[in-house]
Amino acid sequence: MTTLPDALRETQEDFLALGDNDKLQLLIEFSGELPALPERYADHTELFEKVEECQSPVFIFCEVEDNTVSVFATAPEQAPTTRGFASILVQGLTGLSVTDALNIPDDFPSTLGLNQLISPLRVRGMTGMLWRMKRQIREKAPV
Amino acid sequence: MSIPADSTSKFNEYAHPETIVSTEWLAQNLNTPGVVVVESDEDVLLYEIGHIPGSVKIDWHTDLNDPVVRDYVQGEAFARLLSSKGISRDTTVIIYGDKSNWWAAYALWVFKLFGHPDVRLLDGGRDKWIAEGRELTSEATVVTPASYPVIDRDDAAIRAFLPDALAHIGKPMIDVRSPEEFSGERTHMPSYPEEGALRGGHIPGAASVPWSRAANEDATFKNRSDLEALYLGEAGLKPGDDIIAYCRIGERSSHTWFVLTYLLGFEGVRNYDGSWTEYGSAVRVPIEKGA
Repeated sequence: MTTLPDALRETQEDFLALGDNDKLQLLIEFSGELPALPERYADHTELFEKVEECQSPVFIFCEVEDNTVSVFATAPEQAPTTRGFASILVQGLTGLSVTDALNIPDDFPSTLGLNQLISPLRVRGMTGMLWRMKRQIREKAPV
Repeated sequence: MSIPADSTSKFNEYAHPETIVSTEWLAQNLNTPGVVVVESDEDVLLYEIGHIPGSVKIDWHTDLNDPVVRDYVQGEAFARLLSSKGISRDTTVIIYGDKSNWWAAYALWVFKLFGHPDVRLLDGGRDKWIAEGRELTSEATVVTPASYPVIDRDDAAIRAFLPDALAHIGKPMIDVRSPEEFSGERTHMPSYPEEGALRGGHIPGAASVPWSRAANEDATFKNRSDLEALYLGEAGLKPGDDIIAYCRIGERSSHTWFVLTYLLGFEGVRNYDGSWTEYGSAVRVPIEKGA
């Protein structure tokens, strides 16, 4: 069964409650909140996976420890949309249990009301990010 | 043309120097009456975080594409859009954008489908403007709406469709995608979303010239002799050739279309915007693989 964790549900409700301009502003806020990489990864971006679905260079890396997920991402300052997408997912997935993370619906990115505003093609970049994060979590979770 | 061309010497070597301006020229002409600056980016939020003062935003997905059919907007919608941005038929439009102007070139190509008389690219685009420390603002531009006439879009001269591409096999064609896309070697792994097309490879006979080879590191266009070495030397184009350029959805090939048409002076270059996402999924069309 797929269910949306509380943090992502709140993000979804926030987006859906806003008008078009405010939706863009919220995404810009998210892009400003993308956490910097922790020191242990800052010099090891070769561990990161490139999200090919995005036009801008964005790289992701997931950790699973004690059944808890952490997600890291890096994207250029001059790619605010991509950074915003990454930030929503990094903040929404970090701290979840493996089961909760894997239960996030694959179509979550297209349920934020951004398809018309930003175009389905761009939202597909976020879908690619989520798929890749879930695949990494699945690979890294102890069986 | 009422607004004089930029007389920068690099531009004078180009076939149509009146279609390109430098950052310096633009900085001096930001308040020139009759000039409207348009930002057009791959990243839809870049304009919001900071744009050239007084510029307006036109997004190719949400403004220039038809929301239902895979096509561009018709004359009424284009007239509404441009009027709302303060652009008239006699406005000098300067377009700039991210990623070496590839989306800006795409927007310029759509302006030309409607035959807008005076539209130019900012050499180096957004990146060069920022690299030079020039002013950006996140303040909303106050626009005085203009009255743009309803013009019938004329695709024939600069746009190619699938039957045109098929009929063109054996004539000069430039594939501007990456070498991996051209050769069709992209591998498909489990749990990786498939992208765009059902088959990999390229249109038989097309020459591979990745679009970015026409740009310098600082996002400006290469000078004329370098461009000639690339397209006339390496790719084997000859003056007078009838050329089709394509990529994945027609955006990167607009950049090459601009180079071939305005910087090198080829006439009748067409951009096949259906590109590989259409061609690579079409039934029984010939495909060539390998480098």
